[in-house]
Amino acid sequence: MEMIIEMFSYPFMVRAFTVGALVALCSALLGVSLVLKRYSMIGDGLSHVGFGALAIAASLNVAPLAVAIPVVIVAAVLLLRIRGNSRIKGDAAIALISTSSLAVGVMVISMTTGMNTDVYNYMFGSILAMSDEDVRLSVIMAVIVLVLFVFFYHKIFAITFDETFAQATGVKADLYNTLIAILTAVTIVLGMRMMGALLISSLIIFPALTSMRVCKTFKSVIINSAVISVVCLVLGITVSYVWGTPAGASVVMVNIAALLLYSLIGLIRNKGK
Amino acid sequence: MPLIKCENVSIGYEGQTVVKDLNFAIEKGDYLCIVGENGSGKSTLVKSLLGLKNVEKGRITYGDGLKQNEIGYLPQQTDAQKDFPASVYEVVLSGRLNSRGFHPFYTAADRKQALEKMDLLGIRDLERQCFRDLSGGQKQRVLLARALCATKSLLLLDEPVTGLDPIVTGEFYDLIRRINRESGIAVVMVSHDIESAVKDATHILHLQETALFFGTTEDYRKSRIGKAFLGGVQDGNDH
Repeated sequence: MEMIIEMFSYPFMVRAFTVGALVALCSALLGVSLVLKRYSMIGDGLSHVGFGALAIAASLNVAPLAVAIPVVIVAAVLLLRIRGNSRIKGDAAIALISTSSLAVGVMVISMTTGMNTDVYNYMFGSILAMSDEDVRLSVIMAVIVLVLFVFFYHKIFAITFDETFAQATGVKADLYNTLIAILTAVTIVLGMRMMGALLISSLIIFPALTSMRVCKTFKSVIINSAVISVVCLVLGITVSYVWGTPAGASVVMVNIAALLLYSLIGLIRNKGK
Repeated sequence: MPLIKCENVSIGYEGQTVVKDLNFAIEKGDYLCIVGENGSGKSTLVKSLLGLKNVEKGRITYGDGLKQNEIGYLPQQTDAQKDFPASVYEVVLSGRLNSRGFHPFYTAADRKQALEKMDLLGIRDLERQCFRDLSGGQKQRVLLARALCATKSLLLLDEPVTGLDPIVTGEFYDLIRRINRESGIAVVMVSHDIESAVKDATHILHLQETALFFGTTEDYRKSRIGKAFLGGVQDGNDH
C-alpha cells in the first residue's frame, strides 16, 4: 500500500499511468475492428514508420510528435489504399514499408547522434518519456476516439462484419476505414515512446484476441477489450516500477497472461457444453 | 413503373468491358434468376445494381419507391465472418442501418422490425447465439433476416446456397419462394443452379457477356438457348 502511494507521488509515474491507460483504451477499441478485419499487422507497420519519423525529428531537432503524427497518418492511409487495390499484396506491402522506415531511422540516428540510449528507448519504450504535452494530447485523443466510437458504433460494427453489405445500404465504408486508420496512427505514435516501437502493436492485438476467447457478442467483446487493456497496462506499469523491468515488455507479459487465462476459461466453457 | 430498370448498360474494369448492352426490368413481385457460367458478369452486374460499381454506359434507374440503398442484399459469406464474435440479434439489427441516416442509434421500431424478421424466418430462438457457432443454413437465415430488415420491396441474393447440403438448400429455396409469394417482395437471385431457377423463378436473365436471354421462365423453356442449357443439365443428371 505504501509502495502504491509512493509510486503515485512521482509526477512521471502519474503521467505514465494517464497516457498509458488512455492509449490502452483507444487501442483496444480500435483493435477489435482491426483484428476482425484482418488488419492486425497495420499497427506493427505503423509503429516502425513512427520510429523512422521520430529518428528524423530528433536529428533535425524539431518536436517529435509534430513530425511523427502526420507521417504515420499518411502511412496509415497509404497502407489502407494498397490493401484496397493491390498490385503488391497487403502483408508484403506492410513488411516493405516497416523495414524501410526502420532502416531509414537507424541510418539517420547513426549518422547524427550515434546509436545511443535514445534508440534503445524508441525501440523498447521508456516509462520516463511522457511529458505534460503528451498527457494533454492523449486526453484530447481519447475523448475524440471515445466520442466517435460511441457515435459511429453501429456503423463500425456493420463495416467490420460485412463491408459489402454496409456499402450497399449506403454506409460510406471508405470514410470510416480512413477514420479508423487515422485514429490508429495517432494512438500508436502517442503510445510508442512508452511501449516501444517494437511492442506498441501488442496493445492493438492482445485485448481484442483475449476478449474474443470468451465473449460471444460484439458489444461484450468491445467492452471487455477496453477493460482488459487498461487493467493489463496498469498492472504492467506497476510491475515495471516495482521490479525495474522495461515498461513495454512488462505490459506485454501481463497481456500474455491475460490471453492464456481467457483461453483457458474459453476452453472450459466449451467443454462444459 | 419497374423497381429496377437497366437500359443499354455496359460495365467493365479498367477499360475491359465485362457485360454490355443489358436491357431488362424488375417489376414488383417478380422472381428473377440471373444465370450464366463463371465469369459471365453476374457478380459485376450485382455490384452495379447495388451502386458499388459505376456503369460505363447506359443507365440503371430505381422506381416504385425503391431507393438504391434499400435493396435487401444477401452477399456471399466472407472469411472474416467465420470467427466473428457477434450475436444473431446484432447481425440482424444491422440491416436497419440504412433507415438511420446520420442518426447514430437504433429506435424501438428498428428493434421490433429485427425481432419480427427473426420470427418470420424461424430463428427467434437463436437470438442470443453467437453467429460463428451456427450451421451454414442457420447463418444464411440470419443474413436473410438482415437483408429483409434493409428492404421493403426487393431482395438480391448472390449464390445463396453455396456450401449448403441438399436438404438445407431445398428448405432455403422454399423460404425464398414463400417470402416472394406471401409478402410480394421481388427477388433477384444469382445462381448457377439452373434447375431450381426455372422451378421457382418467374423470369430468367441468361448472361454471357451480354443478355443471351431475358424474359419469362415459360419463354425461356421454349427458347433455343434455354432448351440447350436445360437439356444439358438434364442429361447430366441422368448419368
